[in-house]
Amino acid sequence: MRIEHDLSRFKQIVRGKIRQNLRKYVTNGEMIGRKGRDLVSIPIPQLDVPHFRYGKNGNGGVGQGDGEPGTPIGKGDDGEGGAGGAGSDPGRHLLEVEVSLEELAAILGEELELPRIEPKGTANIEQEKSRYTSIRRSGPESLRHFKRTYMEALRRQISSNTYVPDRPRVVPIREDRRYRAWNEVNLPEANAAIIYMMDVSGSMTDDQKEIVRTAAFWLDTWLRSQYKGLERRYIIHDAAAKEVDEETFYHTRESGGTRISSAYRVCAELINRTFPPSEWNIYCFQFSDGDNWGEDNERSLDLLKNEILPHVNLFCYGQVESPYGSGEFIRSLDFAEDEPRLVTAEIENKEAVYACLKTFLGTGA
Amino acid sequence: MATATFEPLPANLAEIQVKIEGHARDYGLDFYPTIFELIDADQLNAIAAYGGFPTRYPHWRFGMEFEQLNKGYTYGLQKIYELVINNNPCYAYLMRCNSFVDQKLVMAHVYGHCDFFKNNYWFSQTNRKMMDEMANHGNRIRRYMDRFGVDTVETFIDACLSVEDLIDIHSPFVKRFDQPSRYDFERAHDEEESTGAPGRFHSKDYMESFINPPRVLAAEADKLREQQVKNTRFPPEPVRDVMLFVLENAPLKPWQLDVLSIVRDEAYYFAPQGQTKIMNEGWASYWHSTIMTRQGLEAADVVNYCDHHSGTLASSPTKLNPYKVGIELFRDIEDRWNKGRFGKEYDDCDDWSKKRDWDTGAGLGRQKIFEVRKIHNDLTFIDEFLTLDFCRQHKLFSFGYNPANDAYEIESREFPKIKQQLLFQLTNLGRPMISVRDGNYKNRGELFLEHTFGGVELKTSYAHDTLANLYALWGRPVHIETVLDGTRTILSFDGGEHQTEKCGEVDE
Repeated sequence: MRIEHDLSRFKQIVRGKIRQNLRKYVTNGEMIGRKGRDLVSIPIPQLDVPHFRYGKNGNGGVGQGDGEPGTPIGKGDDGEGGAGGAGSDPGRHLLEVEVSLEELAAILGEELELPRIEPKGTANIEQEKSRYTSIRRSGPESLRHFKRTYMEALRRQISSNTYVPDRPRVVPIREDRRYRAWNEVNLPEANAAIIYMMDVSGSMTDDQKEIVRTAAFWLDTWLRSQYKGLERRYIIHDAAAKEVDEETFYHTRESGGTRISSAYRVCAELINRTFPPSEWNIYCFQFSDGDNWGEDNERSLDLLKNEILPHVNLFCYGQVESPYGSGEFIRSLDFAEDEPRLVTAEIENKEAVYACLKTFLGTGA
Repeated sequence: MATATFEPLPANLAEIQVKIEGHARDYGLDFYPTIFELIDADQLNAIAAYGGFPTRYPHWRFGMEFEQLNKGYTYGLQKIYELVINNNPCYAYLMRCNSFVDQKLVMAHVYGHCDFFKNNYWFSQTNRKMMDEMANHGNRIRRYMDRFGVDTVETFIDACLSVEDLIDIHSPFVKRFDQPSRYDFERAHDEEESTGAPGRFHSKDYMESFINPPRVLAAEADKLREQQVKNTRFPPEPVRDVMLFVLENAPLKPWQLDVLSIVRDEAYYFAPQGQTKIMNEGWASYWHSTIMTRQGLEAADVVNYCDHHSGTLASSPTKLNPYKVGIELFRDIEDRWNKGRFGKEYDDCDDWSKKRDWDTGAGLGRQKIFEVRKIHNDLTFIDEFLTLDFCRQHKLFSFGYNPANDAYEIESREFPKIKQQLLFQLTNLGRPMISVRDGNYKNRGELFLEHTFGGVELKTSYAHDTLANLYALWGRPVHIETVLDGTRTILSFDGGEHQTEKCGEVDE
């Protein structure tokens, strides 16, 4: 049908392949809303053709039901936009669908065109598994392949002319017996660990943590779809660093200065202690506003270059834009260009999470 | 249908079609021949995405609509049961997977729509051969795409779509201006002569002040001056149909003019459907419920029918369901006119109990609703027939956004406020009123639009983008005067950057 042509054109626009000026109208809205354990709701991207429309204070309408004046009836949309008028088109609310995490990862991979990850050093972490894939002439009786055995017997009888079609009796003898047999196959059992590091110094606001949370969720989703066992570790730091659980990671509000090297030190120790690089694919994601103490930069870089980078598959540094910070740390990582395992990205706002994911995961390291 | 051929209805459905059509005619519904086609969900979604016309021109937004409908359908969030096209013959698409009862109900519903399309006055000027016209549009645009490139044409369509709602929805029914004659050189000549002082009557000295009173002369002079200013203005009166103005005056290439006129024609075709959403759905629902409950239902169907019917009429707190409001209003009107609850005597009656039991046995209900479906649109429908009793009975309220709680809250249950809010949403399809005030602004060929401010501001981000698209059509800087934060403001776009100019307080 013709619609498929229009559909692919729309998808191309959404992905920014053609008509790039239109892409800014793509509304992603809230990227995730966790629902239930393994379900999330994701909005379907929409492109708006701009029109002259009523703005904020035009919101409102007429509804039906119980309640006194002042009763809340629905959550406000973020920013502008609002309930549709009764007479015009139905309100252009984002359509939300619930999908499972696996589906989500597939969608994410397709949307961002992420390469599938090549597990590191398969030789080191292979595991032998038995697969019954072949046939042998000897073996235990419990593995006897009846069909093959009778086939062999029939073949022998026909070729030796002892087969009587009027009285078809097939009796296998010892030589006819066939047995299932196994082959040893090497299955790569890739283990992956993600280490998240977040700066929780006074300059990181709740909004910025929300960005980190969103980014971390998507990273998790994608990597989990690529590896069987995924370990996650969380490190928070201000002037000092410590390993924490997931809950604490997202909800702490510390204050104080920033010493990135402290987080690197904990990270390096964690790798040494728990995740020997020969057996683990290690991914590090660090989020900060880049407002590091000046004299700490040198030590941080030293740790990063010598004790972390050599052991990990990928080290991603996402710098969240902060109203306070100078954000200079990202500049000291400018050697990233020559180092394929180090990726940096600046995240100005929630919308930029999309681009940041693409940068981080697009390398397929 | 030119491009797609569908098989005729299966025998069992063809049979109920004949029955339902018979019932509909017996009730006095009057419609064009109606052709039902049974199609699968993805086909239905595709046709719905094209606004009902499978042969429409290619554009990404149809793909987007399709994506949404299709995903919504796949995940079980929504389902289209039927789609009716205002055309002669009337085309109606039925979803193949509807249950048998659903098909009955939907057919009855469709005949309601068909009757409405044919008889409602606001549809009287629409093209009844739109199926052919749309195919024609599609071919023309495809040809331009082959010739000038898909991107070029699509970008231009996007710009046109940005102003597609700047049309004058009443213009098919009224003559706004005399057709300007391009060859009328005489008139201009005459005007030049008449620009002097107002005409004086010949008089003797002592009669001068009586025959030519100074006050009248002054007034006449004013009027003349005004007329002169008006004549130099372009357009002389503000024009609501911005698309037409652009079409007639912008320096566009022939293919661009054609594309713009296609988008405009389609906008005019779809406008009445936006204007009569509540009535149209209400009318169709009224008839499906009447036909089904009196004739169509069999004992085995009842539960399924009820389930589907109540799903269609479900109301939500944040959005008024047009099906619900429409059907209830039609029923209310029928009831009132059956019992004679209208006119001066009823309105003036202060006795509550007398009013409650009021029944003159007038029996005019059916006749009245047929009259209402003929002459009204949503705006006049609500204005005329929404009553205090109706609001109370159906628990209507008006709501608004409360920034303090980041939530929509019930604002009021007072009848005048509810009605005002509803009427506001229906006025000009709930869109801002915008007209061309000057097509030669600052004598530099710039386009100056005016937003008639009614208390609600424009969404500025959209306004900027729309201006940019308008600039692509007009080719010279474009401006719009509106009110932002209580200040008269002119938003401008000159092809390079946006400008916002404040120009004084709003005069009340």
